[in-house]
Amino acid sequence: MVIRTDRLSFHFGDQQVVKAVSLEVPQGSIYGFLGPNGAGKTTTIKLLLNLLHAENGTIQIFDKDLQTNRIEILSQIGSLIEQPAIYGHLTGKENLCNRALLLQVPAERVDEMLELVRLKAAANKKASQYSLGMKQRLGIALALLSDPKLIILDEPTNGLDPNGIIEVRQLLLRLVKEQGKTVFVSSHLLAEIERMATHVGIINHGDLVFQGTIEELSGLSKPLVQIELDNGVDAANLLNRSGYTVGEVRDNIIFLPYISKEDTGKLNALLNQNNYMVYSIGKVQKDLENLFLDITQNT
Amino acid sequence: MGFWSSVVFPLLIVGMIFIGFLTSPGNAAKLPGVALWMIYILPISAIMNFLLPMYIIFTSYSVNAIEHKADTWKTLFTLPISKWAVYSAKYAFNVFLVLLCLILFYLFIIGSGNLLGVLKPDLKFYDYHIEGYLAKVFAKLFLVSLGITSLQFLMSLLWSDFLKPMGIGFVCTIAGLISVGVNWQYNYYIPYAHPALAMTGLRNNGKSAHSQGMPQFTVDMFTKEVYVSLIVAAAVFILGFLIVQKKSVK
Repeated sequence: MVIRTDRLSFHFGDQQVVKAVSLEVPQGSIYGFLGPNGAGKTTTIKLLLNLLHAENGTIQIFDKDLQTNRIEILSQIGSLIEQPAIYGHLTGKENLCNRALLLQVPAERVDEMLELVRLKAAANKKASQYSLGMKQRLGIALALLSDPKLIILDEPTNGLDPNGIIEVRQLLLRLVKEQGKTVFVSSHLLAEIERMATHVGIINHGDLVFQGTIEELSGLSKPLVQIELDNGVDAANLLNRSGYTVGEVRDNIIFLPYISKEDTGKLNALLNQNNYMVYSIGKVQKDLENLFLDITQNT
Repeated sequence: MGFWSSVVFPLLIVGMIFIGFLTSPGNAAKLPGVALWMIYILPISAIMNFLLPMYIIFTSYSVNAIEHKADTWKTLFTLPISKWAVYSAKYAFNVFLVLLCLILFYLFIIGSGNLLGVLKPDLKFYDYHIEGYLAKVFAKLFLVSLGITSLQFLMSLLWSDFLKPMGIGFVCTIAGLISVGVNWQYNYYIPYAHPALAMTGLRNNGKSAHSQGMPQFTVDMFTKEVYVSLIVAAAVFILGFLIVQKKSVK
């Protein structure tokens, strides 16, 4: 495991922000760290970077304890936390050169990074004049400058336009695939994460409510029977009286738990016998977006 | 900003005095070299009591504000650099700016005084060499400024706004000046009073002795306020590091 935390806890004042979170981030994975705003994502990331000190629990990165191996571990991590921290009075290139000097990285890396995040044309423009998307891209370039093994990004696509989001996604996929990096990326948007993540952790109110592969997350989704018909409410009452558990009724569409093909056939026959006009009937899978909402709303 | 203020501040003040002497020398031409130099540096020594602490307040703020404004503390502390290196480098730069400012003051005074002597040969600046004495005066000013520098540096590091370190520094400077004004016996415990004490001490204790007909001024370098300043500087510097080491970056 690249990151392994054991019952990590932290509170601000009276508020417990992170509650016994045990993360497991395998090497070579893109770990999507999901949760609504205020769920404790940034706090967890700050704990992982030793900016905040955990009250309880341990953090191991690259199988080493973070407290006792801080500098060695940080030398292998590139990070971007919340909005990118950039010196506005310097140009984009100067920001990178300044960081290269601090990290003793060869100056050629600066141009490579500018190329990578497509900021070459704006390299000599003051960073204060950059758009939010450009600042975010410069932040990503700063995180990647030292060629780290682990990249920790907190909401990296904030403020990016659709093209920018796609670029960042492709860049992260490429880094993992071609260079064997591990990426830990937080977001409150599942749609963004499900397109690239291999593993997912969902945090809500400081609790890690789900952790596993993206396939395991999809597996949590129970199949449903979706029936579209002429009078949804009456039909739902009929099904309830007949011993079925109707889940949701929406605009003459009824959802019930899927049991089997035969059972679906019986449902159709029952409705027909009672003079309901069935327009369509079939098995559907709940999408991840709804699953995410279910998980975060039920905790 | 801190760097340029260290250059502009002495340039502006010495420049004004230079222009004053150049345009309206008054009866300065009648004075011997030694008295001329003393009159030339008098305005600087008078305003240093107040301006040096205020300059330190400003420069300490600017050294830390650059990180507060760009929100880069969190980045600095996630780099593979020890907290000690980040903290001590920042502090060293702060001290360097104060030193640079005082050195420039010294160089501008000597340079402009000699330039005046060339431009207006009736002003007998060339009659006396003040370089050695003035260097000791500024060395002492540097030593007594270290206590204030440590205090202001720590306040500016912990608080992102200008008002808190500025307000506290300003009030302490006024309190320090009053304590010197009323000659309070323990005023040397107040770091903000140290520049004024150092300058007052020079006036009171600047011994003169005649050597080959020329008065010689001496500076009593290691006085009580210098020791207190150095102790406060070291203690607050260490305290600051302990705070930085424990502090969370939110």
